[in-house]
Amino acid sequence: MKMKENLKLYVKYASACTQSVMQYKLSFLLMVIGRFILTFGELIALKFLFSSFAQIKEYTYGDVLLCFSVIQLSFTFAELFGNGFKTFSGMVRRGEFDRMMLRPRSLILQVIGSRFEVGRTGPLLAAVITLVMGIWYSRITWNIMTIWTIAAMIIGGTLLFIGLFMLEASFCFFSIEDTSLINVLTYGAKAHGKYPIDIYGKGILRFCTYVIPYTLIQYYPLQFLLGKTRNWQLAFCPLGIIGFLSICYFLWRTGVKHYKSCGS
Amino acid sequence: MKKYYCFFKLRFATGMQYRMASVTALTTQLIWGLMECLAYKVIAEASGDNLPMEYSSIVTYVWLKEALLILFNTWAADNELFAMIANGDISYELCRPVSIYSMWFSRITGARTAEAMMRCIPVVLCAFLMPKPYKMNLPPDGVSFLLFLLTLFLALGITVTFCMLVYMLCFFTISPQGWRMVLTGAVDFLSGNIIPLPFFPKKYLFLLELSPFAYMQNVPFRIYSGDLVGGELYQCIVKQVFWIVALMVLGVILWKQAEKRIVIQGG
Repeated sequence: MKMKENLKLYVKYASACTQSVMQYKLSFLLMVIGRFILTFGELIALKFLFSSFAQIKEYTYGDVLLCFSVIQLSFTFAELFGNGFKTFSGMVRRGEFDRMMLRPRSLILQVIGSRFEVGRTGPLLAAVITLVMGIWYSRITWNIMTIWTIAAMIIGGTLLFIGLFMLEASFCFFSIEDTSLINVLTYGAKAHGKYPIDIYGKGILRFCTYVIPYTLIQYYPLQFLLGKTRNWQLAFCPLGIIGFLSICYFLWRTGVKHYKSCGS
Repeated sequence: MKKYYCFFKLRFATGMQYRMASVTALTTQLIWGLMECLAYKVIAEASGDNLPMEYSSIVTYVWLKEALLILFNTWAADNELFAMIANGDISYELCRPVSIYSMWFSRITGARTAEAMMRCIPVVLCAFLMPKPYKMNLPPDGVSFLLFLLTLFLALGITVTFCMLVYMLCFFTISPQGWRMVLTGAVDFLSGNIIPLPFFPKKYLFLLELSPFAYMQNVPFRIYSGDLVGGELYQCIVKQVFWIVALMVLGVILWKQAEKRIVIQGG
């Protein structure tokens, strides 16, 4: 019952946000086009780079495209749904968060609901194009297992980035300093995660497994997807993101408990 | 001229306030640059001698890009100016007995120079201390360093005059963020921020060289890394000057148009 009610409220929030954006139709359209160009530019850059060689570390053009599209899709979905966490420091500063705490509804729902941003869909189109191209170029035999793997990578990736945004928001409770350092983990991963992580070497691969588990949604399931290993368990790696998300949620809860309004 | 110098100085001083932010930004940029160098390393290994640039030149290019990010990025525009146009504070600016175009031009240049100076020194120092293949190199000789400084200055001029066009366009739309997004998205790719321009196929590069985008960061960075030399170099400088003048004239014309139709409501 509560779940249903929350979902209804979220849809209300989302439609309200969408309507407010739609007041400036031209601006919205340009925003979507602009974001599309940004992502599409990276796709073209990749094409240009691959014109001077056939593959890097045993990954073909198609393989890299798949990898790129998974990360892009994950990040875009995460931005679409979790944008509230990204702009959270502003909410605290303006006292919006104080108002939310007074309402008898879930805090997370209010935070992410109030900042649902349809304009983020621009890169989605570019990412889907990349995905289709990736599927076209790479020779994957499609069956239930491979479809599951790629879907799990995208959904797991979305949850991973939402977790990171949540982490960023949680830092606002503990520090008034600039938290832009965490941008490396979000934007950095988006920009550099277009290549399978193992090309960056062992050290980075370890960091991306044990500190922030990017490899669970990228490197390991990718190995299975591309048929580089017969080890089918790797297809279920993305499930591990649930653990990461729980840690982020725990930190968020701790932060909320410690929260003192700055009074505005 | 003195008043414009004062606007420059004012924004310079404001830019210097954010020292803590610079420390986090430094860490971010170092990680970013290093990741990029690692990726290019694999690419260089994969393509053998096929790369359009030497690996050491690419590394230097990447570090310069990180160090001088603020000078050339078009997305981190001065939000105060957008706000001024949107909320009507522009009326105060109009009251001042100075030209808005020149005032804003000096203001943006000042802010960018201050922030870039703050940020570039630590990034460059760290880049020189990196282990061997990822280390930033010195320019080939003294002359090319001087040419680098000159073209850097000109490239900044092109970037700022281009940004001025974006600001001027804001007078013609209600919500400026859309225009800004499209233009900055395009510039990011076309000016060589995602991949250096020599990686572009020849036929596209030819078209690109007819636009101002090829003369932004592309020219100084490639002179420093020793990739751009000889007659082509001097041609680029001439074209840089041409584009500054052209964009500036266009900006002033747009401003004159905007000035005529500007309406400020309430107050």
